[in-house]
Amino acid sequence: MKPFDYVRATSHADAHDSAARIIAGGTNLLDLMKHEIETPTKLLDVTRLDMTEIEEAENSVRIGALVTNADLAADPLIRERYGVLSRALLAGATGQLRNKASTGGNLLQRTRCPYFYDTTQPCNKREPGSGCMAMEGRNRILAILGTSEHCIATHPSDMAVAMRLLDARIEIEKPGGEAQILTLDEFYKLPGDTPHEETALEAGDLIVAVHLPDAPKGAQMYRKVRDRSSYAFALVSCAAVVATDRGKITDAALAFGGLAPKPWRNTEMERLLIGEAPSEALFDKAADVLLEGAQSHGDNDFKIPLTRRVVKAVLGELTGATQ
Amino acid sequence: MEITLNVNGESHRLDIDTRTTLLDALRNHLDLTGSKKGCDHGQCGACTMLVNGRRINGCLTLAVMHEDDEITTIEGVGQPGALSPLQKAFVKHDGYQCGYCTPGQIMSAKGMIDEFNMGWPSNVTDDLTAMPDFSRTEIKERMSGNLCRCSAYPGICAAITEAAPDEGTSKEAAE
Ligand SMILES: Cc1cc2nc3c(=O)[nH]c(=O)nc-3n(C[C@H](O)[C@H](O)[C@H](O)COP(=O)(O)OP(=O)(O)OC[C@H]3O[C@@H](n4cnc5c(N)ncnc54)[C@H](O)[C@@H]3O)c2cc1C
Ligand code: SF4
Ligand code: FES
Ligand code: FES
Repeated sequence: MKPFDYVRATSHADAHDSAARIIAGGTNLLDLMKHEIETPTKLLDVTRLDMTEIEEAENSVRIGALVTNADLAADPLIRERYGVLSRALLAGATGQLRNKASTGGNLLQRTRCPYFYDTTQPCNKREPGSGCMAMEGRNRILAILGTSEHCIATHPSDMAVAMRLLDARIEIEKPGGEAQILTLDEFYKLPGDTPHEETALEAGDLIVAVHLPDAPKGAQMYRKVRDRSSYAFALVSCAAVVATDRGKITDAALAFGGLAPKPWRNTEMERLLIGEAPSEALFDKAADVLLEGAQSHGDNDFKIPLTRRVVKAVLGELTGATQ
Repeated sequence: MEITLNVNGESHRLDIDTRTTLLDALRNHLDLTGSKKGCDHGQCGACTMLVNGRRINGCLTLAVMHEDDEITTIEGVGQPGALSPLQKAFVKHDGYQCGYCTPGQIMSAKGMIDEFNMGWPSNVTDDLTAMPDFSRTEIKERMSGNLCRCSAYPGICAAITEAAPDEGTSKEAAE
């Protein structure tokens, strides 16, 4: 690890140092610093700030950026109304890691692309302009949607997939103290020509909270497909909420992990489902819309048929059309 | 940088490089070598310890971040001649072979039992709002952050199952 100065923020006024890197749970940042993929010269510890509460407000729930993944998953209100979020969190990492991992840090965790982790290899995300080894290399876990010719990395978070489904909004405190509110779609950038620019966050910004609007109507579910049944990142995951009434789908939302550089949603696919009677043929059509333009790169070819199966299984289960 | 660490009820003043992980601070500066280093990347659980009653990976956190925290390691749980219920059960059920993962397994099990008693669900819990069953499936899922290269898992599960009702920290933690 490279040497760094350590500073502890005691108030929000101290928490906007554009020369420093924020540290919360440290479970991603320290791992990357040990590999010297991240080499900050100054760490700003924000863990003593007052961002540890889950508060109910009118038509929303506000989750402080320091709420741990463990506390969020176990929170009675979240379990009762936003089960899909509890499920997504519980499907990620381990008991020990979830006790440290924070809401803000989870949103900002970086890709698990094997070449991003290997500092002896070129990688446009780690070293802009150096090339992308994954394109023709080991890309089994990498993306099929939203990629560019410069990067096919996925965003590895489970939590963020559920938050995207739930139309969560991220509250950012700017260095001047003013608040900025962004949806997850606005927050995460697609790689394009600049895969090293991952989010809308600017130097000196602090994530202070995530807001969840009222829970959507319908049955919720998080399905994570991975190489082993516990303690592994998703190959494909799907957070979904579907409401049905008298044999018709009245509401549907689906968000996906493991497919793209950010938690992925396709509103055209959702619109196609609404008002229809659930059937295999309908689910197939929905999968067609989702996977239109999907591009695989060899090792990850399997993700295209796997995604289709996940879509059909999740919709089948939530609508009761299949068991 | 000078810091104070509270470990197993004792306070220690030490002067360390900011890069020192909590695990390295305990092992290399305070001679508390019970917590083990397996992977140093949060993947194996050998370094599991309790911070303010919660189980965490000591290798993925900085010592300088833990002033004022209560740290508990395997040394604070029991000693030869005065073993804790979990430690006794690990001996009785052969919950280890080489023993390298054992301190982490025991510390993780301690934290896990408390989480259970607080009613926390897991990935395998059917009903998110009901009190989970203390089943083998639940134990396996909740302990998946602790790897054992000797594959002593059957003994580990048996030991945890037996000792869980006697591990009293849950009651203190709840208060
Ligand atoms: C072995 C292992 C397995 C894992 N498995 C999974 C898995 O299956 N699913 C999954 O989703 N995740 C998994 N994770 C990742 C884990 O969820 C993340 O490491 C964790 O959520 C990061 O949170 P943190 O608080 O520790 O972040 P940190 O490491 O402290 O920070 C991460 C980044 O966020 C920034 N940051 C943190 N807080 C703020 C803030 N308030 N404002 C602005 N910037 C901030 C930091 O500067 C840093 O860049 C795994 C991790 C490990 C080590
Ligand atoms: S996919 Fe992205 S992260 Fe992976 S090697 Fe290519 S540029 Fe780097
Ligand atoms: S040494 Fe900390 S998890 Fe392996
Ligand atoms: S007893 Fe040898 S690693 Fe677990």
